[in-house]
Amino acid sequence: MSLWEYANPVKFIRTTDKVLPWVWVLCAATLGTGLIWGFFFTPDDFRMGSTVKIIYIHVPSALMAINAWLMMLVASLIWIVRRHHVSALAARAAAPVGAVMTLIALVTGAFWGQPMWGTWWEWDPRLTSFLILFLFYLGYIALWEAIENDDTAADLTSILCLVGSVFAILSRYAVHFWNQGLHQGATFSLDKEENISDVFWYPAVLSMVGFGRLFVALGFFRTQTEIRARLTRALLAREGQM
Amino acid sequence: MRALLYRDLILAIRAGGGFGLGLAFFLIVTVLVPFGVGPQSTLLREIAPGILWIGALLACLLSLDRILALDWEDGSLDLLATAPLPLEAVVAIKALAHWITTALPLVLVAPVLGVLLNLPATGYLWVVISLAVGTPALSVIGTFGAALTAGLKRGGLLMSLLVLPLYVPTLIFGAEVARRGADGLTVQSPLMLLAGISFGVMALLPFASAAVLRINLR
Repeated sequence: MSLWEYANPVKFIRTTDKVLPWVWVLCAATLGTGLIWGFFFTPDDFRMGSTVKIIYIHVPSALMAINAWLMMLVASLIWIVRRHHVSALAARAAAPVGAVMTLIALVTGAFWGQPMWGTWWEWDPRLTSFLILFLFYLGYIALWEAIENDDTAADLTSILCLVGSVFAILSRYAVHFWNQGLHQGATFSLDKEENISDVFWYPAVLSMVGFGRLFVALGFFRTQTEIRARLTRALLAREGQM
Repeated sequence: MRALLYRDLILAIRAGGGFGLGLAFFLIVTVLVPFGVGPQSTLLREIAPGILWIGALLACLLSLDRILALDWEDGSLDLLATAPLPLEAVVAIKALAHWITTALPLVLVAPVLGVLLNLPATGYLWVVISLAVGTPALSVIGTFGAALTAGLKRGGLLMSLLVLPLYVPTLIFGAEVARRGADGLTVQSPLMLLAGISFGVMALLPFASAAVLRINLR
């Protein structure tokens, strides 16, 4: 029994088929509870008023935007080293999800920034790095779409993902150098006694866990779809030959 | 290696358009900016270093598909891949040829265009230095983008989408050096970071480009 067993597409589909409903249910439960609790049963912040509730979408989506790229990085590495097709397809499946999460983080951030900072957009390091991350996602997805041969596309995009990760980190620090920020530093971290008041903290954690499960569910689901689409194409090609 | 460099240079100069095109494009971008933002000399003086950097970057980008596409089409890239020269060296030479034919003229012409944009006198030296240090990075990164899209029929737009995000750190530090130089501030730290990026990509990225090219040639 090893992890690599799931590199077999059939085995992967069979297992995820069993797991997926549970992930969906857990995701709906945590995300639903977190969001409803956060939106309706928490007090308004004394300075930010009700806009503080954007936090329950903004922070988890930003978290997932970065984690999706990390997951693509790991999947690309696995593809380069061990050449399991499921891994390449998982990276492909995760990219649009990550791009949408980045967009959600940017848009909710703009909605939050307007009443708080008096501006929709500011060339602040965090905002700018996220915009650049979004561009990286777009380029990655576009390269997948542009190349017809599946294996070539997987190879090229995985190398782009590796090089892109290095440059994304470089850009992040370069942007810090270029402009000091308006955005606050990290509010949530694991090593602090109390990050924010507990009334906000618990629903925020719940929605973060919910977004994480949403990403897992969408990732499994989309990877399954990619595998099935490729199987179908292979079958059609074989029938065409006969 | 020298033969390959010589061949690429000759091809770029004689094969019409490639050599002067980047320069002409740079000139036109710089001339168009005052029409776009208005002729106030104080505003132009402030944005001049940034404009020169953006213009140089776009001119580099414009000429990227000439690095590999022609060689890809007529099959000489296959010959180069089977030659005793490692593909990493081929890619590095290609980037060097691109830099000499496209970026070096831009570096030399930038101060002249600085006059048009009312660049302050202290700025000329630093604009030239920052471009001279930063443009090799643009050429090497661009070669990576060209290698990624070499197999595609119409890879030009896609290549811009892939390459432009990779240009961000170089542009930030390069323009920062030029701007600080123009304002008479100390430029040491951004200049060192810019040089670091330049040398870093020169050392490492040819390996990635060669790997990508091998996949494309498979």
